[in-house]
Amino acid sequence: MTDTNEFSKDKPLLEIRGVSKKFGDFIAVNNVDLDIYQGELFCLLGGSGCGKTTLLRMLAGFEKPSSGQILIDGQDMSEVPPYKRPTNMMFQNYALFPHMTVEKNIAFGLEQDGISKAEISDKIDSILKLVELQDYKKRRPQQLSGGQRQRVALARALVKQPKLLLLDEPLSALDKKLREQTQFELINIQDKVGVTFVVVTHDQEEAMTLSTRIAVMDRGRFIQTGTPTEIYEYPRDRFVADFIGSANILDGKVVSNLEGTIEVSTYLGKFAFKSNSNISEGSDLFVGLRPEKISISKAASKSKNITGYIDDIGYFGDYSIYKVRLDEGKIIDVTAQNQKRPKNAKDRLTYEDKVNLNWDNSSAMLLLK
Amino acid sequence: MSPIKKEEIQTKDFRYYVTLCLDKLQSKWKTIIIFIPFAWLLLFFLTPFFIVAKISLAELVITSPPFSKMIDWVDGSVITIRLVFDNFIYIFDDPLYARTYLNSVKIALISTFLALLIGYPIAYAIVRSKPVTKQLLLFAIILPFWTSFLLRVYAWMGLLADQGTINNILIYLGVTDTPIRLLYTEFAVYIGIVYTYLPFMILPLYANMEKLDGSLNEAAADLGSGPINTFFRITLPLSLPGIIAGSLLVFIPATGEYVIPDLLGGGNVQMIGRQLYNEFARNIDWPVASAVAIVLLLLLVLPMAIYQHYQAKAAEVK
Amino acid sequence: MHNERSGFLTFMLTVGLAFLYIPMVLLVIYSFNYSKLVPVWGGWSTRWYKVLFESPEVWEAVRLSLQIAFINATFATMLGALAGLAMVRFGKFRGRTLFGGMLVAPLVMPEVITGLSLLIFFISLKELIGWPLERGFTTITIAHITFSLAYVAVIVQARLTGMGVSLEEAAADLGAKPFKVISSITLPRLAPGLLSGWLLAFCLSLDDLVIASFVTGPGSTTLPILIFSRIRLGLRPDINALATIIIIFVAILVAIAAYIMLRQQRRELIDQQMAARGDV
Repeated sequence: MTDTNEFSKDKPLLEIRGVSKKFGDFIAVNNVDLDIYQGELFCLLGGSGCGKTTLLRMLAGFEKPSSGQILIDGQDMSEVPPYKRPTNMMFQNYALFPHMTVEKNIAFGLEQDGISKAEISDKIDSILKLVELQDYKKRRPQQLSGGQRQRVALARALVKQPKLLLLDEPLSALDKKLREQTQFELINIQDKVGVTFVVVTHDQEEAMTLSTRIAVMDRGRFIQTGTPTEIYEYPRDRFVADFIGSANILDGKVVSNLEGTIEVSTYLGKFAFKSNSNISEGSDLFVGLRPEKISISKAASKSKNITGYIDDIGYFGDYSIYKVRLDEGKIIDVTAQNQKRPKNAKDRLTYEDKVNLNWDNSSAMLLLK
Repeated sequence: MSPIKKEEIQTKDFRYYVTLCLDKLQSKWKTIIIFIPFAWLLLFFLTPFFIVAKISLAELVITSPPFSKMIDWVDGSVITIRLVFDNFIYIFDDPLYARTYLNSVKIALISTFLALLIGYPIAYAIVRSKPVTKQLLLFAIILPFWTSFLLRVYAWMGLLADQGTINNILIYLGVTDTPIRLLYTEFAVYIGIVYTYLPFMILPLYANMEKLDGSLNEAAADLGSGPINTFFRITLPLSLPGIIAGSLLVFIPATGEYVIPDLLGGGNVQMIGRQLYNEFARNIDWPVASAVAIVLLLLLVLPMAIYQHYQAKAAEVK
Repeated sequence: MHNERSGFLTFMLTVGLAFLYIPMVLLVIYSFNYSKLVPVWGGWSTRWYKVLFESPEVWEAVRLSLQIAFINATFATMLGALAGLAMVRFGKFRGRTLFGGMLVAPLVMPEVITGLSLLIFFISLKELIGWPLERGFTTITIAHITFSLAYVAVIVQARLTGMGVSLEEAAADLGAKPFKVISSITLPRLAPGLLSGWLLAFCLSLDDLVIASFVTGPGSTTLPILIFSRIRLGLRPDINALATIIIIFVAILVAIAAYIMLRQQRRELIDQQMAARGDV
């Protein structure tokens, strides 16, 4: 799995080298390494307690690493307090100053740098234009809606043009519609401004939409790092395959491993993978097959002979999930877009229908144990 | 690089050092913030206690200040430390002191209990009130506390005196012919302590009960428990931390009370606070007074430690 | 816990409130009593107020007490705020247990002990460095500041715990140095707590008898000391008059505080409505 990062130029903007963080006996972040390049929108993705927020706070300077180094633009940040770092953070609860207007909130960071009043005023106007809140300058945070507060928080952090913008669950407080809208706005803004973003989130859809690259974290470690496509189509192991999207996981045994091709046998047949892993014959691993890669139809398939009965249906309007019961009692998940409106009963798939499944073997995923 | 003039370097140095100094100050900000109140408390709170302890181990000498020095230079070379435990022995020997200590503890305990009996239902009633009423009631409870303590005790003098309001009413109603002795009794002291310390009992109780989960009571009812049973098995045990906090907040200061036994108890109620003042002001026996204070403090160390322990635990939970 | 109040509880509540307030109401009523013997009613009169106002010792005592209370409140608030800040925001530091203990002790300790120890301290200090020569205004103020700051620290700690740390982190993140964070963010948000702390310290000082008695010197009579020396001898109607004045004063202060709080709540409601509408 190669690193197809379009951003890797010369030196990385952010280097995390062997960083760990312990709270007493509990290891929150376990010896992680990472390079992030200028212009990226990088996501730290993981469930609660995986250490992503702790790592973000170490980048901002609110926690000190127990070991390891953090370098921004080649400069070691170990002794640098948060108010001297070239980073700015957008907090999960926005942390807007309630006793200041929107204008004063945004001006605050600029005032610390000793910038002239006139210049501050200009910068505020342009950043408010960027987040589309020009008319709300004189309001206080309590007088703003959730979405508006989020934009003020973003403006306040961005106006200082930091080298690194750190966002802690930026969309978690918004409702679904607003979230979708804001996702695209965030990407646009990042494009325009060119600042490097590091986003922490537990929402894998959010990570997939926003990021140029994702790092999946679990229990303080990076499990896999790569572009959204890499992570989705070529997950490293079962954890990542399960965490991002959904997958049918098949038990597999290695039949042969010759000249870069691994053959694996499962109850759904043999799969061949191009891989330079030197896993031995007879080893156990998993084969993953994503539900959308499987086609389902009442018509007989030409290539495969996998049949089953529809055990359960989840109807989502634009697509449906079918739980298909195979001969041995195993259940396979298949998703299908509801492209055409079913005209009659023959067209519609319903419970206990006998169906044929088909897929391209090359869309299967090799998952280490 | 252009040659740098000598004067330029010097001004840079001065400003450089000032910035360095300010920066150092900023990085040591926590120490500075802690230091200021810490130093004050060490000087004006802790040091006095050590001096009192030292004096309690000294002898009474007719000088000013009236106590002997603990450390004496003998021939300028050898230091002798004269610890005199006589004062403590004196206290423990004389039954008057033992009686007074015990009396103080007894009165404080009973008053605390009475305050609990009255304060608990009041706190519970406030918790059960509507939000707007709650605020008003809390205000109403705290308001007397902001008026003068002294004057509130004085108010009871007016009520309990032989020609006081209560007796006037009793005589008017024909309950009795002659005034009942209410003032200058132990009973008056109980009323006085409960009256002045009641807010200290109610507020911790309220704070604790307010946080209790109402759905627990509902669950108990759902499982068949009547209101009285629910109260004793669910509400009361859960409000224990509040009970302890409130009780300590009343008991500890009440033990050393001076004003209330003096004004409402007269000469008839001996409490250690008055005893201490007498030793000090009247008998000018500072070593003994100090010893009395130290013993009182030792008596109260355990309750005070318990109180701090509970406060720390409550803060942890948050 | 927020269902209805049973009859028994309401009864106890009424009894409790009556218990708290009836003595004070009677105090006020009797201040208007013509008769010199306080509980014996002799008709309505305001003569005792006249006596009070024409008594120079009373004015002197009031002046002294107010001065002490004012200075005490100001310094105690500053020191207590620093102490409260340290306890809540600084985590574990060397000497924290001792510090915390010194902040709790004045709240519970009997005043006779605090008073005695401070007096002995001042006298020993005089022996050692020649200061303070005379006890009075300065020593009383120092003593009051020492125990008042503990009360302020409690209030500050309570408010800080409720306030959450993310705003201060945001300010630091935006480049504000530590002292700037405190002055721009922490203190303004703490302001209501500091105000109540100041008022509390003010009232505590105004009301203190025992400690002031111990550490005062000849010629410095605070109001409580004056009142105490007079009521020890029995009931006096001019004291009733004084009590009434104090009660009314406090009641007015409380009413103002309540009004401010109500206005604040209404303001918040309007803000929320504005936010919900979302338009300009």
